Amino acid sequence: MQAKPTALKVLDIASILVLAISTYLALFFAPTELVMGAVQRVFYFHIGTAWVGLLGFILAAGSGIIYLITKDMKWDRFEVAAVEVSTVFFFLTIVLGSIWARPAWNTWWTWDPRLTTAAITELIYIAYFMLRQGIDDPERRARFGAVYTLLGGVSAPVTFMVIRLFRSIHPVVIGAANANQEKMSMTPDMRVAFFFALFAFTVIFIDLIWHRLRLGNMEEKVEQLKLKVSM
Amino acid sequence: MEPTPDTSVYMIAGFAISFITMGIYVASLYIRNNNILRDIETLESMQTDKPKATKK
Repeated sequence: MQAKPTALKVLDIASILVLAISTYLALFFAPTELVMGAVQRVFYFHIGTAWVGLLGFILAAGSGIIYLITKDMKWDRFEVAAVEVSTVFFFLTIVLGSIWARPAWNTWWTWDPRLTTAAITELIYIAYFMLRQGIDDPERRARFGAVYTLLGGVSAPVTFMVIRLFRSIHPVVIGAANANQEKMSMTPDMRVAFFFALFAFTVIFIDLIWHRLRLGNMEEKVEQLKLKVSM
Repeated sequence: MEPTPDTSVYMIAGFAISFITMGIYVASLYIRNNNILRDIETLESMQTDKPKATKK
């Protein structure tokens, strides 16, 4: 088995560091929001996890297309890695949003367009793993997975755009399209914590994808060894 | 102006869940990695033992 590359070791350390810095910025550097209080600090992680969650779903759709064109299994392994890591982060986005909603909207959950599309997106990708579990033939599994992520990938831009297209109680952070939408205004210190959280979760996302890819490669090796041993 | 509400319990819960979830995922990667390494080791030893067994 290949030893862990130095670049991955560096990325592991960088991930821990940026997570620590991002936590510091969110908890101590950014000022307390006057209307919502301390709970608003989860916003930095909420947005960071949402960004990498949706990014991973788009990347999975992209790798699905490349797999369908090239039939190269490495793209299938990348697709699985992207979906798995993104599903974890997007789960966190939903949970953090719910925790924030309780004091802000006086409810843990409401069937608002943004919350509904986010929940549907998460369920689509949980079902992706169930679909893969049900198919034994690796090539068939990869083909079905690719088509599924391609169709599922549509849910990511829909989730992002829905609060810009429909009436929603969810605030718009980046670019409110009209005066009816609630736009979040941030102080310069809040912006520092916000953009650093986006950067930090991107680094962590790349690190986890790389680890999951290595795991996928090893799973492939086990499959090949099993075939050799059984022959 | 209304005073800022104390919502620190929710904030603590949010950060705690974030770290716990990320920790569980990293642990799952580590455990799966170790299990696969063990599988590879076993299968490789079975593969090297196989020619010996057929010679007998």
